[in-house]
Amino acid sequence: MGPLSFDALIAGEHKVEPTDWMPEGYRANLVRQIAQHAHSEVVGMQPERNWISRAPSLRRKAILLAKVQDEAGHGLYLYAAAETLGVSREWMLDALHEGRQRYLSFINYPTLTWADVGALAWLTDGAAVVNQVTLCRSSYGPYARAMVRVCREESFHHRQGFDALHVLARGTSAQRDMAQDAVDRWWYPALAMFGPPHTRSTHSDRSLAWKIKRFTNDELRQRFVDICVPQAKVLGLQLPDPDLKWNAERGHHDFTEPDYDELKHVVAGYGPCNRQRVEHRRRVHEDGAWVRAAATAYAAKHQAAGQGLPA
Amino acid sequence: MSAAPADWPLWEVFVRARRGLTHLHVGSVHAPDAELALHNARDLHTRRGEGASIWVVPAAHITASDPDDKDAYFDPALDKDFRHPAHFELPEGVEHL
Repeated sequence: MGPLSFDALIAGEHKVEPTDWMPEGYRANLVRQIAQHAHSEVVGMQPERNWISRAPSLRRKAILLAKVQDEAGHGLYLYAAAETLGVSREWMLDALHEGRQRYLSFINYPTLTWADVGALAWLTDGAAVVNQVTLCRSSYGPYARAMVRVCREESFHHRQGFDALHVLARGTSAQRDMAQDAVDRWWYPALAMFGPPHTRSTHSDRSLAWKIKRFTNDELRQRFVDICVPQAKVLGLQLPDPDLKWNAERGHHDFTEPDYDELKHVVAGYGPCNRQRVEHRRRVHEDGAWVRAAATAYAAKHQAAGQGLPA
Repeated sequence: MSAAPADWPLWEVFVRARRGLTHLHVGSVHAPDAELALHNARDLHTRRGEGASIWVVPAAHITASDPDDKDAYFDPALDKDFRHPAHFELPEGVEHL
C-alpha cells in the first residue's frame, strides 16, 4: 500500500499534516485564512481595551481583562498554526502592518458605550463561534486543533456578552436604550463577518473543495440568524431588521442581507477606524520592542552564567 | 525593526492535564530560552486549570521519522496480523483468554 495522495487524504476525511505534500494553492489559501484569523484576534483586542478601565464594576473589569488575554492567546495559537506552513511570524506581522493581509471588518467600527462591549461579544463572538465550530473539522490538522482550543475559550466570551446585555436590558430605561442602540449598530457588522455571498466569494469554492472550510458563507450566516432570534427574545431586545421573520417553508428565518458594498469598502481600508486600528497596532509593536530586547538580553545573560538549557 | 524574536527558537509544549495522565503535545511557543519558554507556555496554555505539569522542548532537538519514508519505515507491522490477539480464532466456550 503506497502513501495516500493529497487528494485521497481530503476525500477520505483524513487530516493533512505539515509534513505532507500539498498543492501550492491549498497552502496559500490556508496561510491567507489562518493569518487573517490570527490578525483578527490580535487587532480585535482594540475595540475592547478602551473599556477595561471604564468597566462598570470590578467583576466586569476582571472578566474583560480575561477575555482580552484570551484573544492574545488565540492570536498566538493561530500564528503557530500558520508557521507550520513555512511562513514566519515576522512576515505575517509585517503583512498586517503594511496592509497586505486583512482582518475581520467589524473590528473597524467604534465601541461607543459599555453596551457595545456586551453587544460585540454576543453578536460578533457569537458569529465567530458559529464559524469556528465548523473549522474544528478543517482538513488541515494544526488549524483544526487550534480551533478546538479557540472554541473552548470563545464560548466564555460569547456568554459573558449575553450576560452583560441581559443585565442592561433589565436595568433602567437609559440602560435598556443603551443596550438596544448597541445591538442596532452591531447586528449588520456581525452578519457581514461571514463574508460576501457565495456567488461573490473569491476563495470559497476551492476552500470548500479542499475542506479547509465546511460550509458556505451563506449557510453559516443563516445558522447565526436562526440562533440569534430566540436569544434576542430572551434579552427583550429587537434585532434591527423589520423583514426578519420565520419562513416555515424553508425552516429558517428570512432576513435582510448586510450591505456587501459597505463590507467591501471597509475591508478595502475605508471603515470608520481602519487607519487608527492599524496605526495603533504598529505603534504598540514598536513600543513593545524593548520588552523583546530585554527578554533576549536576559536569556543571554543567564546562558553566559551557565544556567538554563542552551537554546 | 527590533530585537528580533525572529531569532528566538521554537519550543514544543507538552502539558500533563492531571496526575496519572501522560504529557500531551498542545502547541508551540517562541522564546529566547527555556525559562521564558516555560513562562510563555504557562501563560498561553494553562489559564483555566488545564495543567499540572508542563514540558518545553526545543523543536530543533526533536528527532522525527522521515514522513516521506513512512510506508517502508512502518511496513514491517503491516503484514503480521498474528501480532494482534484477534488473529486467533478461539474454540467455543473458552473464557479469560
